[in-house]
Amino acid sequence: MQAEAKSTGLQQALFDVALQIGDDHLILGHRLSEWCGHAPTLEEDLSMPNMALDLIGQASALYTWAAELEGKGRSEDDIAYLRTDREYRNCLLVERPNTDFAHTMLRQLYFSTYMRAFWAENLDSPDPVFSGIAGKAVKETTYHIRHCGEWIIRLGDGTDESASRMQAAVDALHAYTGELFIDTDGRKACIDAGTISASANIQASWQQTIDEVFSLAKLTAPEVPWPQTGGREGLHTEDFGYLLTELQYMQRAYPGAKW
Amino acid sequence: MAQDDTLTRAKAVAAQVPDPELPFLTVADLGILRDVSIDETGTVVATASPTYSGCPAVRVIEESIEKALRDAGFQARVERAMSPPWSSDWITAEGRQKLRDNGIAPPGESTSGMPVMFAKSSVTCPACDSTETEKVSEFGSTPCKAQYRCRQCLEPFDYFKCI
Repeated sequence: MQAEAKSTGLQQALFDVALQIGDDHLILGHRLSEWCGHAPTLEEDLSMPNMALDLIGQASALYTWAAELEGKGRSEDDIAYLRTDREYRNCLLVERPNTDFAHTMLRQLYFSTYMRAFWAENLDSPDPVFSGIAGKAVKETTYHIRHCGEWIIRLGDGTDESASRMQAAVDALHAYTGELFIDTDGRKACIDAGTISASANIQASWQQTIDEVFSLAKLTAPEVPWPQTGGREGLHTEDFGYLLTELQYMQRAYPGAKW
Repeated sequence: MAQDDTLTRAKAVAAQVPDPELPFLTVADLGILRDVSIDETGTVVATASPTYSGCPAVRVIEESIEKALRDAGFQARVERAMSPPWSSDWITAEGRQKLRDNGIAPPGESTSGMPVMFAKSSVTCPACDSTETEKVSEFGSTPCKAQYRCRQCLEPFDYFKCI
């Protein structure tokens, strides 16, 4: 009886984690897709929607897993499209607007570096679904880091204009990175049960890559007196409402639409 | 004995299904057809793995395998296997040759030991075999390809990414 209660508790905790990471991927995938047809070069018009596809594909796997853990008969689409803003658990970083190419590349570097470390730490998770997603994602995130990392170095160590815009992106977005490493109650329960790894190793690996890129790109991370958090509790920024309106428009206007 | 024959025939049918985006390659050439078996009810179960998480062709591939098996007279279903993750190392020698014949450079050796950024490319031009090539874009027309250009024969070409 006690063992059963414990396993139900762990299932709920795993559901929380699957939802947080799934939301991170869906929302960032949506943000990247907004560049389609608007990118500065044709190659970038291919690269950003390509990365968006990877992220939305990972979101789909994570939502399917979350729906199974929850066991209430919801589908991945129900989870993606039929929740209100407070029910989304993505971190604030991924919902920040695209602003310019520098902001978009930096947001991606911060997130992909975090995810690569997270998946690498969880390749041996005792949960087979989770380790399966990790094995796939760790390879894909490497491509994303390479792509944005190389751009950030070119831009940061480029012209006066590109350097100042790159530094402006760092100044604007760095305060949102702390939230990546917050262990919510759900995460803590999974860490205690040994299903996912603690954040300390992930943070050290993240910091190392960011320091390397910033040093080559001649960028300086600002002091962050007030880390921006709240997304994991469902408290989002104003921009999120507009994003969600667009993301959910089709299902809200034509409920159950299929094609 | 009859069961063995059925399985052999089902395997041959599933293996011949073409990839929708690279139709000169079969799912067996690509290494995405992982297993074909027969369950206790006599249904043929084909197991396939996606190349990339977000590959839009995943469902089409699964449906094509199922349809090919049904058209050949089998009760069939297709299951998705995420683990172990598909690797471009699983593309067969024949598959690599077919890629080259169609102007696409096959994937190189596994990159797991290479630096993440600014690694030197060692992609061979599928037209003239020169290694004097340069990357034009990390991402291409499908999630599995990047764009390159040959500095010898100047031919632009697709590179099947190594993952």
